[in-house]
Amino acid sequence: MTRIQRLKIIMLTIVAIITVIAGIQLYQHRHYQIPIVAGPGVTRVGKLSDYHEEIKGTMADTNVFFLEGKEEGGSMLIIANTHANEIVAGLTAFMLVENAVIEKGRVIVIPQFNNSGSRNTRSGDGYPLFFDIDTPWGSKTLRMGNRDASPLEQWPDPLIYVHYPDRQLMSYLDVRNTNRTWPGRPDGPLMEQVCYAAMELIRNENIDAVIDIHGAETMFPVTNCIVAPQKSMRIATMASMTVKAKEGFDNHVEPSPSGFRGLSHREIGDFSDAMPFLLEAPLPFLDQPTGPKTMDLLLVGKDPFLLSLSEKGMLFVPYDEEGWPIRNRAGQHTSVILEIINQMTKQYPEKEIIATGIPKYKEVVENGIGYYLTDPSSVDAEKIYYE
Amino acid sequence: MPIIMVIYYIFSICLIGMLFYNFIKEKENKTDILLYLIVAIPFILRVLRIK
Repeated sequence: MTRIQRLKIIMLTIVAIITVIAGIQLYQHRHYQIPIVAGPGVTRVGKLSDYHEEIKGTMADTNVFFLEGKEEGGSMLIIANTHANEIVAGLTAFMLVENAVIEKGRVIVIPQFNNSGSRNTRSGDGYPLFFDIDTPWGSKTLRMGNRDASPLEQWPDPLIYVHYPDRQLMSYLDVRNTNRTWPGRPDGPLMEQVCYAAMELIRNENIDAVIDIHGAETMFPVTNCIVAPQKSMRIATMASMTVKAKEGFDNHVEPSPSGFRGLSHREIGDFSDAMPFLLEAPLPFLDQPTGPKTMDLLLVGKDPFLLSLSEKGMLFVPYDEEGWPIRNRAGQHTSVILEIINQMTKQYPEKEIIATGIPKYKEVVENGIGYYLTDPSSVDAEKIYYE
Repeated sequence: MPIIMVIYYIFSICLIGMLFYNFIKEKENKTDILLYLIVAIPFILRVLRIK
């Protein structure tokens, strides 16, 4: 055996080991199932494909939880993990599904709206594959997803994404971004079909309001806010002012730009009778100039580089040595959701929703998110679903 | 699966074959030998539908 042949065998062995180790980790991430317990308020569980048959059996299909009251009232759809790297959205949805009880009206929750994206990973930035939330019964492990759907479900990307139906030109990546593919079409790329299925749900179930939960960088101006189009503006403004006055946190209102297409807060309002709202909470992990992308940064949000930028006035949110703990962000979301329900009821009494069991900002900050997550081993198997 | 994705998988298999052919044929340049292997990794993971 020559020297070069020996070298080739060594190189092949090392690369094969790296490929197998990475492959196993990525396979485990893609196929990891997160248990979610259907709480006392869940009356039935369906699939998004019930509204558009073509996505059935694909990784794009996802669970839809119905929380229905005894009395008729308003209907609200809550969407989380449109961007699965904005983990606060999914955690908020988990808390809602496992704790909320609807006395009047109904709330429909989709915890993993971009299911394919939640099984995708971001290349090159060293993101953790999983993260853990401490609970009174141990820690709950969840997947850290990506902003876009996996190319394993939808490929190839176009050179430029031409939005349907407005034909606005967008980045090629946005064809896999379910916050650019609204309102979707039944025969479009898979992510357009996901949005189309949600639009069908909104139209067929006569949804009055849709809340799309997100997280955003502290250096991005559209953060810590409610994004709303004109038709939702009054409720959004009142909700923003009320949480500031009653609960002491900022959540300003941003108008939904009419010229920027494909976004949930724009297209849902334009293509249905529903009033859309998009909630953003600060997520320092997503900022570019941070230290290592660790689980600590993800969950606690402390970073010396962001602190330095904050002192120079370059962030769009207050930021100090405490960072932005995930419990604060999730608490903001639950409180804003409750206040939107409250304001909708005040302005449209016929659309009243009475919800109990949803923790408010101060409770989530005090107890942590894990306190509101149910131990799957403590409930009957038929109450457990997998995301 | 759309036909264009099937074609992409066929392309990927062909590229893996070409990279390994070059890996075997290369006799001198150590950097190229290593690069043929590294470049093959994403194609292998795609064909196996892992990433």
